Amino acid sequence: MADTAALNGINGLRHIRRSPASHLAAALEAGSIEGTVVLREGPFRTMVGLRVDPRSEEGARVVAVAGGLPLRCGDVGGADGVRVLWLGPSEFLVVASEDVHDSLGGTLIDSLTAALGGAPGQVVDLSANRTTFELSGTRARAVLEKGCSLDLHPRSFPPGTALSTEVGNIPVVLEKTGKESFRIFPRASFADFLGRWLLDAMREYASPEVP
Amino acid sequence: MLLISCPNCGSRDETEFHYGGQAHVPYPEDPAALDDRQWAEFLFYRDNTKGAFAERWLHSTGCRQWFNLLRDTVTYEIQAVYPMGAARPDRAAAAPESGTASTAPDSTTTGTAAPDISGTSTAPATSAGTTAPEGASK
Ligand SMILES: [Zn+2]
Repeated sequence: MADTAALNGINGLRHIRRSPASHLAAALEAGSIEGTVVLREGPFRTMVGLRVDPRSEEGARVVAVAGGLPLRCGDVGGADGVRVLWLGPSEFLVVASEDVHDSLGGTLIDSLTAALGGAPGQVVDLSANRTTFELSGTRARAVLEKGCSLDLHPRSFPPGTALSTEVGNIPVVLEKTGKESFRIFPRASFADFLGRWLLDAMREYASPEVP
Repeated sequence: MLLISCPNCGSRDETEFHYGGQAHVPYPEDPAALDDRQWAEFLFYRDNTKGAFAERWLHSTGCRQWFNLLRDTVTYEIQAVYPMGAARPDRAAAAPESGTASTAPDSTTTGTAAPDISGTSTAPATSAGTTAPEGASK
């Protein structure tokens, strides 16, 4: 995450922003097992709630800004560092890096709003709605499988897909970003619980495997 | 726990859904013309069927879309999944839980060439072989 001088928008108050799981940072680091399963928070992504009929004219205008809209559960659209996650047939979550947020000099939200225009739909800045946990390592899937009833095997949940579901009974969007890496998007108020839940689920992998 | 096949997302745990009561209860054409008894019956009176029962469900932690189920209240067998607004299907011609051919289109669109699928009425995306709903149904 780019916490640099470039990010000095928000009236110069960027540095006092606190992410929903920032108080767990030390615990996440202590609980991570390098090479096995690593958990960290990747906070402050720009997120936009987008409601638009993807087959409509305004849908086409939005596509020109955000990249492709996913048409089916699990698919991820977008282009150029902007990812568009499928939430419903006409509901999407746009995820991009922090610095494209309009308060930091970016134009993503403004451009989406302009693309939708007065047509039916909505573009809402949800950047503070969810935080991001990044879970990776050879045991990442095993950790998630303790609290997620979906089949997370790569044959049915390959990299580049994302699903709305529950992890540890918390509603999240779960994105598979690589062979052994996931992004988990819980709402901010669940970040503390889910962070601790994941740490608990990771704990056993710190010990040698019992044959 | 029930395994409910969402028309958009495929099979998911019952805990992801909310129950919406009996389906096909029409809003009165002229509510003002109803007397108190008729209004109360519209609001509160529902069938208590033993056997196949048409009911509404909301996939609240998934696609957040409503759909209808035909469920046997004795065996809990889900006999059909069909979109809101559609007529109750014939019980004998019940839709299977999975394995229907997918009408889902390719993953992304330019916004102009998307196939004509109705938002809440796509078949369960169970056969394309790449995306999650298939796996989610196992
Ligand atoms: Zn669904």
